[in-house]
Amino acid sequence: MDDQKHLEHEQNKPEDAERSTENPEEMKQSEENSTEMKIAEKKEIEPKKPEVPKKKLEKGPTKKRASIGKGSILVEPIKRRSFFSWLTLAWVAFTAATGTFFGMMLRFMFPNVLFEPKQTFKAGYPDDYTIGEVTTSLKEKYGVWIIRDTEHIYALSVVCTHLGCTPNWLQNERKFKCPCHGSGFRKSGINFEGPAPRPLERYKIVLADDGQILIDKTKKFAYEKGQWSDSESYLVV
Amino acid sequence: MSKSEKKKKESILLRLGNSQVWKSIIRSGVPRDRRGRMLSVLNSVFLHLHPVRMPKHAVKLKYTWCMGGLSFYIFLVLTITGILLMFYYRPTIEYAYTDMIDLREQVPLGIMREIHRWGAHLMVITVWLHMFRVFMTGSYKSPREFNWVVGVMLLTLTLLLSFTGYLLPWDQLAIWAITVGTNMARATPFLGHEGPGAALLSIGDINLVHAGSDVRFALLGGRFVGEAALLRFYVLHCIGLPFIIVIFMAVHFWRIRKDGGISTPL
Repeated sequence: MDDQKHLEHEQNKPEDAERSTENPEEMKQSEENSTEMKIAEKKEIEPKKPEVPKKKLEKGPTKKRASIGKGSILVEPIKRRSFFSWLTLAWVAFTAATGTFFGMMLRFMFPNVLFEPKQTFKAGYPDDYTIGEVTTSLKEKYGVWIIRDTEHIYALSVVCTHLGCTPNWLQNERKFKCPCHGSGFRKSGINFEGPAPRPLERYKIVLADDGQILIDKTKKFAYEKGQWSDSESYLVV
Repeated sequence: MSKSEKKKKESILLRLGNSQVWKSIIRSGVPRDRRGRMLSVLNSVFLHLHPVRMPKHAVKLKYTWCMGGLSFYIFLVLTITGILLMFYYRPTIEYAYTDMIDLREQVPLGIMREIHRWGAHLMVITVWLHMFRVFMTGSYKSPREFNWVVGVMLLTLTLLLSFTGYLLPWDQLAIWAITVGTNMARATPFLGHEGPGAALLSIGDINLVHAGSDVRFALLGGRFVGEAALLRFYVLHCIGLPFIIVIFMAVHFWRIRKDGGISTPL
């Protein structure tokens, strides 16, 4: 039973110590029933203070000796044999292995093969596209609209410039309309309604050796940066 | 109850309290006074989570709103209902949406999914209210600064759990909400391919941070929200984030006790 008493006593200590650090003014304001506790706290705290340094002194040297092991550096000079420690080597190796594993964890999240449609692809011959129309057949797989006007063919990104949803081409209204927040874009990709801050981006479009259209989605052209005049952003037909 | 019956009952309790089974489980015997009650609380792994004694004014509902406790309770409800949902839900593009519908329409007590969903909304609300209460009562002040920081981590983890769970129904709302949400990761400084500083990380003409190697890619497992994103969010939602939040919760509750117990009105 004495053990339990002692246990209880110890458990209360940190709480009491905490209270004593509080602002004395605040203590006055607190309710009356806490005054009893305050008296009890003072009694406990006073004998505690001298105990602390004593413990440290007692523990100090024994602890150091224990952590070093057989040959104490404090007493003896460093010997040739104790300079190299297998324990140190083991710890270094362990740390290095752990570090390497964290790197492996990071690399693990980036797979080597992606089961996604290719970023660069061929999209048929220019004659496959009718003048003045928006071709939506490549939207689902490749995420691109191909538009042919009287002089050019260009590839528009299907990513809304507001927050990245996919707009729809509304044939009757002759506009792209985003279902998320209502941004509207003209056939050219220029924004004219809703929250979208800038026109849709265009992708690099060139003719391949076999005469087919080659689209490269890794290269983008933004209207607001004046890149639509770049010769790779459209195809002259 | 007659006197003899009372005596009988007492003796049964005494015998029970002195039995080996009882004493091996509850060391302090049948609690008969304040001290006994205290000891039984101290010596029980479940009961000791709660303080042995508390200042009366600190447990007033008017002061604490009980929001921290409610948040934890809802977390437990979400854990249990979530495990139940895992028995039926398959995180693939082919099955995810129909499994979610089946959970509602075909599985007995389809309300399980609704409890999980509404509970998730409720937990976000209670966590925010808990934070609001802690702020308004000044309970974040010394010596509780660290616990406030832990609390902010818990808030972030709660929101992340809510966010990852949002994709799992795999309906239009889910797909586009996660598309919009993860697009923010593009703009992460240095780690997102459209973020500030990303262009600096390059060797010659080769960009190290591009759409296939940035933090958004790590989150989605692809360039857009697809099969890999569903699986990654599922794993994060069911294992990854709960694992982390439980560790932070343990620290949070421990520190409440060690930083002077539940805060009292000043």
